[in-house]
Amino acid sequence: MKRRDFLKYTAPATILPTFINGFAVKAFGSSSLLSALENAAADNDHVLVMIQLVGGNDGLNMVVPIDLYDKYQAIRPNIAIPQGKLLPLVNNVKTGLHPAMSGVQQLYEEGKVCIIQSVGYPSPNYSHFRATDIWVSGSDANEIVETGWGGRFLDTQYPGYPDGYPNDDNPDPLAIQIGSIVSPAFQGANANTGIAISSATDFYNLLDDVVDPVPNTHAGVELAYVRLIAKQTNKFSDSIKKAAQNVTSQSEYPDTQLGRQLKIVARLVAGGLKTRMYMVSMGFFDTHASQTQGGDNTTGYHAELLKELSEGIKAFMDDLTKLKASRRVVGMTFSEFGRRIKSNSSMGTDHGAAAPMIVFGDYVQQGILGTSPDIPDSGSVADNTPMQYDFRSVYASLLEQWFCVDNTTLQSILFKDYQRLPIVSGIACGTITGIDDVNNGSKGLITNYPNPFVDTTTLKYKTRGGHTMIQIFDTMGRLVGVPVNNMMAGGEYTAVFDSKKLAAGIYYARLQNGVYQEVRSMLKVKV
Amino acid sequence: MDRRQFLSLSAKRQPAVKATTTGSRTDSGISAYTGTFDTAQAVHLLKRTMFGATPEDIAWVKGLGLDQAVEALLTTVTPVTTQPVNIYGEDEHGILPGESWVNSPPPSSDDEDGKRWNSYKAWWIGVMINQGRSIQEKMTLFWHNHFVTEMDMTHDSRYIYKYNTTLRANAVGNFKTLTKAITLDPAMLRYLNGYLNSKAGADENYARELHELFTVGKGPDSHYTEEDVRATARVLTGFRINANTITTYFESTEHDIENKEFSDFYSNKKITGKTGQDGATELDDLLTIIFAQPECAKFIVRKLYRWFVYYLIDDAVEANVITPLADIFRNNNYELLPVLRALFKSEHFFDPLNMSALIKSPIDHNVGLVREFGVTFPTAYMDAYDAWDRIRSHAASMLQDIGEPPQVAGWQPYYQEPQYHEMWINTDTLPKRNQFTDAIVSEGGYGGVAIDVMAFAQRLSNPSDPVQLITDSVAVLYRIDVSDTFKAWLKNTILLSGQNPDSDYYWTDAWNAWAAYPTDTALRTVVESRLRTLYKYMMNLSEYQLS
Repeated sequence: MKRRDFLKYTAPATILPTFINGFAVKAFGSSSLLSALENAAADNDHVLVMIQLVGGNDGLNMVVPIDLYDKYQAIRPNIAIPQGKLLPLVNNVKTGLHPAMSGVQQLYEEGKVCIIQSVGYPSPNYSHFRATDIWVSGSDANEIVETGWGGRFLDTQYPGYPDGYPNDDNPDPLAIQIGSIVSPAFQGANANTGIAISSATDFYNLLDDVVDPVPNTHAGVELAYVRLIAKQTNKFSDSIKKAAQNVTSQSEYPDTQLGRQLKIVARLVAGGLKTRMYMVSMGFFDTHASQTQGGDNTTGYHAELLKELSEGIKAFMDDLTKLKASRRVVGMTFSEFGRRIKSNSSMGTDHGAAAPMIVFGDYVQQGILGTSPDIPDSGSVADNTPMQYDFRSVYASLLEQWFCVDNTTLQSILFKDYQRLPIVSGIACGTITGIDDVNNGSKGLITNYPNPFVDTTTLKYKTRGGHTMIQIFDTMGRLVGVPVNNMMAGGEYTAVFDSKKLAAGIYYARLQNGVYQEVRSMLKVKV
Repeated sequence: MDRRQFLSLSAKRQPAVKATTTGSRTDSGISAYTGTFDTAQAVHLLKRTMFGATPEDIAWVKGLGLDQAVEALLTTVTPVTTQPVNIYGEDEHGILPGESWVNSPPPSSDDEDGKRWNSYKAWWIGVMINQGRSIQEKMTLFWHNHFVTEMDMTHDSRYIYKYNTTLRANAVGNFKTLTKAITLDPAMLRYLNGYLNSKAGADENYARELHELFTVGKGPDSHYTEEDVRATARVLTGFRINANTITTYFESTEHDIENKEFSDFYSNKKITGKTGQDGATELDDLLTIIFAQPECAKFIVRKLYRWFVYYLIDDAVEANVITPLADIFRNNNYELLPVLRALFKSEHFFDPLNMSALIKSPIDHNVGLVREFGVTFPTAYMDAYDAWDRIRSHAASMLQDIGEPPQVAGWQPYYQEPQYHEMWINTDTLPKRNQFTDAIVSEGGYGGVAIDVMAFAQRLSNPSDPVQLITDSVAVLYRIDVSDTFKAWLKNTILLSGQNPDSDYYWTDAWNAWAAYPTDTALRTVVESRLRTLYKYMMNLSEYQLS
């Protein structure tokens, strides 16, 4: 579909209520027992803004490996971005950004962007629906979790919600979805903790007390009546209105779907709303075909999407800075999956696995975590980017370093103790610690011999001590073995990887030790 | 006035009927509707005559066509084979749990009787949910709102049960017959003190309501007098209840045998006082006098109109709908079927300007929801009663408690100007509607029952096609038109989770993947969670409140 058709498919403002009572589920179940935990949230006014890139973003064309440029160019020649057009990143020669992303490049230069390479999870799902559910719930690939990771976090901070909310201490929504359907990411144990602001039009209608038009019939009269009452019953409309009215002027935003959404978020944050999490989204990343325009791979519809993303983020941060609210905000992008390494013949890419995430904000630590993704020499269309970081490690890091969540709570939210990455400055939670040089520390940790191998190969690895894990993935991202998963003393060790039952091909050995990780590519051959 | 003058004046006189709403009004009347009869008309007919419209009901009506469908809906009698049972445990008369109490000896106290209230109400909800394809249950509730009794004033659930069966038995019969039956009904005699009415000092309670609320009403053209009320009270002296047999008998020694005279509103008629058991037949004389007054037909027709069509009766509706229907009513000796037939086959009923404007009552909302979604109820009676009771009590919290209308005039939304039906919706009750729909469509359900969104979708024409799925869902759940743009938006945003609008195959693939392995939890969850979101969202929109 053409991008200009986009508007045809957005929600008509006339039909949508201003808010959906996403908080109504089981609102009368008595669940206030948890109230023992008192307003832990009140002492932290940090906000997380999530930008969902719906459809599966082609990370490899967004964050391009300059150090592997020849391999990159060879495996996707019909859509590769010319090397000379890539936007360089300060103090980093290995990585370039898509030419449409000058806004993010500039923020990176200002020290406000962290890019995390190859974020995924073991045995990834290639269905949009299931993969999205995994990302928003924070579940394992083979596990069904009904609550969302954001909802579980907010449950720990606002026990008993929605019973007794809003109240004097917490007059504001806990989470806001810009869009009509509150993301399952905000589903808590008792209720969805998010409320929806269905569209920009509706947001401004709320401020101006505009009522949507109805047909000129008896039914129209009654519909207008019910809508009026619906508006009045929204528990949060007053606090949202009040916050919005505190901001009387905003900077310029691009007139795009994302720009309009982020403009609302900035206004509410700067207006003093205490809402902790926001979700905005943009679609059309499902670029099976024509993601670049023939003749000039820097243009085309993926380029337009990345431009909208980058310009939106830049305008948002500039506006927040002017409004003196930027220090309260960290933003992150995510998509249900990346795309295949090798392009297809229709100048597109099919559903893939791991992909980079962009985290931005004043307190974000500049840098690129991880290495350029491994690209096979003679790749097949089935090849996928092996994961370097689990997406729940990113969640864990943000919860710990931005929302100042303690370790016990963290594990109750994410069910496991995930690796933490240095994404947000320790100043944010007042816990400044020595920052490890993660990337340099992640070199030369693991090798294997022989390589190529037939049946078995020996993994030789180093650990600094503590929890050490080696996961083996195939090119589909499937977890085929975990030969090491232990608390260990520092030192050098070996382990044997036995591949007798596995087909020939590329395998990845991923070593994880504290904040460090390294992915080693191994080749199994037939006798 | 010469002809020239007449013509020049007539222009000014033209707008005889003025619209009293900001919305459109229509001049359509009761001529037979001959326009399109498709899904929208079928759903309209079903939602107004029954509680909700299931996909199968809709197909059935479309198959029959308008005339036959109306005939079937009006004349089908669905016998109720159950009776309310003991769900409260210990019973003073030894009624065992699970056994019917409707023929037990009288309760010894209000407390003993009170144990049975929830049983009766839950049973009735169950009857509504299990209704056949018939107007019977909507009419039974109509008559409960018309000939009101309240359990907490009657204090005998056995009477109330009998009253309920009387309403149902006469639901679409003869209004005069029903009025007589209700006048002699033990529950009504108790509720409005008829059982105490004696010649020594006539009790006017029932007599007043018989005129004011039950027959001629108090419209602008209703001019019954206080003398009429007193005369009526004297006619009705002597009726007593046998609490053991739950029947009414006539105690002639308590009857006022003097003559009773009526005002010119009732054509100055006179009832000659009768002695002995003949005194009881004065009731027939009384009803003949009252039912000769044309206001009686008009009053009931207006009430039917507000129940089945819309609350607003402007001059055009009065002239084009109420008056001709009232004529039919009177000319047919107060038989209900001819009136209902004419109404449900009329141009006015299917006029797009009149459709979709009815705000669902709480009972219509709750019972209609579980019927439309085909919610299944437990078979164990305690569990079933528990679920029915939760649905009933939630409707009660939204202002409609069956068995307990707030007063003898019935529920305010059916008579209180100027808001009428809008009174069902306020800042307290609307969130409660949302809470109910949110809960029952969620995995945990409500009161032990839940909507099976998968089963519902499977009953639609082609659930693997997301466009068709939305179209079918909208047709069943909404009555007010929504645009194609909105339907596309629902499909894209929810069923496709925001994926490209032209990638419908993602939904189709997901549906088919589950259909191939229906026991696979992961495959089911992918589809089910999106359907839950879809239906939750649709029921949260204001459009869902309109029928």
